Amino acid sequence: MIEVLVEPFKYEFMIRSIITAVASGIMLSTLGPFAINRNMGFMADAMAHATLPIIAVGVFLGFSISELGVPASVLIAVFLGYIIKNSNVGEDTAIGIIFSSFFALGFVLISVLNVTINLEDLLFGQILAVSRFDVFIVVSMCVVVVGLMVVFFKQLLFYSFDPIGAEVKGLNTNFLNYLFLVVLSVAIVASLQTVGIILVLSMLLIPAAASKLVTNTFVFSIYVSIIFGTFSSVSGLYLSYFYNLPSGPTMSLVATGIFIICFFVNKLKKVKIQ
Amino acid sequence: MKTTENIFDDTAIIVSDGCCVQLANNPALDDVTFEIKKGKKVAVVGPNGGGKSTLFNAIAGLVPIINGSLKINGMSPKDAKGTISYVPQRDLINRNFPLSVKQVVEMGLINKNTLNLFSRKEINLKIKEALTNVGLSEKINENINNLSGGQFQRVLIARGLAQDADILLLDEAFSAVDVGAQEDIMSLINDINLDGKTILVATHDLNNLEKNFDEVLCLNRHCCAYGDPAEVLTEDVIEEMYGSHYEMFKYHTSEKHEKNND
Repeated sequence: MIEVLVEPFKYEFMIRSIITAVASGIMLSTLGPFAINRNMGFMADAMAHATLPIIAVGVFLGFSISELGVPASVLIAVFLGYIIKNSNVGEDTAIGIIFSSFFALGFVLISVLNVTINLEDLLFGQILAVSRFDVFIVVSMCVVVVGLMVVFFKQLLFYSFDPIGAEVKGLNTNFLNYLFLVVLSVAIVASLQTVGIILVLSMLLIPAAASKLVTNTFVFSIYVSIIFGTFSSVSGLYLSYFYNLPSGPTMSLVATGIFIICFFVNKLKKVKIQ
Repeated sequence: MKTTENIFDDTAIIVSDGCCVQLANNPALDDVTFEIKKGKKVAVVGPNGGGKSTLFNAIAGLVPIINGSLKINGMSPKDAKGTISYVPQRDLINRNFPLSVKQVVEMGLINKNTLNLFSRKEINLKIKEALTNVGLSEKINENINNLSGGQFQRVLIARGLAQDADILLLDEAFSAVDVGAQEDIMSLINDINLDGKTILVATHDLNNLEKNFDEVLCLNRHCCAYGDPAEVLTEDVIEEMYGSHYEMFKYHTSEKHEKNND
C-alpha cells in the first residue's frame, strides 16, 4: 500500500503536480463556503472564463499563464465588481454579459493574434505539465489567499451575512467587497493549470457544498471543505496517474463522489431525526 | 433606580433640518424636519415607499443627503458610523450562513480595525451579557436557522446591545412575527430604552403607538407630522399618509376593541 502511495514521487513532475494539487485544493475550498453561501457560483464561473482574452494577449506578448495570473485576476475582479455595482441591469445579467463576451473575445483574439494555446489544456487543466515556477506561483498564492482570509475572516463574515449592518458599523465594505473578489479571482486563475477554466468551478463549489451537508457551523464547514478539496485533488491525481485518466476531470469526479456520499449521509441524518 | 423621567435629557441626538434624499433621481425624502431627543422611543410610520427605510439609511450614512442637513450627536451621519446599530429588514440579511447566535452577536463588537487575532475573554463576556439582556443566553450556541422570527430579531437587537450603540434603528421589527413575539420585542425595546438608548422603529402597525412610543414620525416622502402619538395621529395626518383609510385605522385600535367588547 505504502509503495503504491509513494510510487508517483519517483517522478519530479508528479511531486510538482501533487504540491500544486494540494495548494489549489486548499485555496479553492477555503473560499468555497463563502462563495456558495453568497450564491457566487456564476460569478466565479465568469471569472474563470473572463481570463481567456487576457491569456491570449499575454501569451501573444510572450508571457506564460502563471506570469499573467495575479495581474489578470486583479483586473478581472475589479472590472467585474465595478460593472456589477454600477450597471442597472441586475447582477446575474451583468455577469452573464461579461462571461459570454469575454469568452468570445478570447477565442477571437486567439484566432486574430494567431496565438498557440492548447485549448483543451486551458479548459480542462494540465497539472502534469506544471513547471517549478508554476508551483511557486500557486503555493505563494495559496499562502496569500489563506492568510488574507484568516486575517479578515470576521470582517468578511459580517459583510457577507449583513452588508448593511457591517457598513453602518463602520466597516469598509467597499474594500471588503473588492478584497473577496480579488482573492477569489486569484484563487481561480492560479488554479487554471490544475483543473482548467471549466472545472475550476467544481473544485470551488463541490467540496464546500458537500461540507455544508454534513456540518452545522460555518467555521467547521470551512475546515471540512478544505479536507474534502485537498483529498479530491490528491486522490484524483493518484487515480489519473494509475489509471491513465485526465487529471482535472478525475479530481472533479472524486469531489462529486464525496458530494454524493455527503448527500446521502445528510438524508440519513434527517430520516433518523424524524 | 432608572425611570422614564430621569433617562431623558434635552439633548437632541438626531436633528433633521430640511433633509432631502434622492433615489434614482426621484425624491425619496423631501424637506424632512424633526428633532429627536436622547432616550426617546420613536415609531416611524408611513406607507410603502413613504421613506421610512430611506430615512434610516440616511441616519446610518448609507445614502447621501442632497439638500438640508442631518446631524447625529452633532456629527454628519458618515462620521457617526459606529454609534448607530441598524437592524435591517430581514430579507436583506443572508441567512444562508449557518452561524451560531454567538457569532451574530459578536458582529456587534467588530470594527474596521478588528482582525481575527483577539483574545476571547472580554468578547465572550459582552456576548453573554447582551444575550442575557434579550433573554436568549441559553441559545448562545444555537444555529440561527433554528430560531423563530421573533428570536432572530432579538439576536439582532442583542448584536446592537453588544455594540453599545447610542441609537438603535429597527426596520420593520414587527413584520413576519406573531403577536406574542411582537409583544416580546416591544417589551425588550422598553427595557433597552430604560438604559437611555434612543430607539427608532419603522413599523406599519399603527395599533398601540400611544402606549408603546414616546413619539411618532409620520412620513410620506415628507414629514406629515412629528410628536406625541396621541396628538399628531389625526384624521388629516393619516389621510395625508395613506389616503382615505382613516376609518380603518381608527377602528383598529385596542381601545376601540375594548369598547366593542364592553
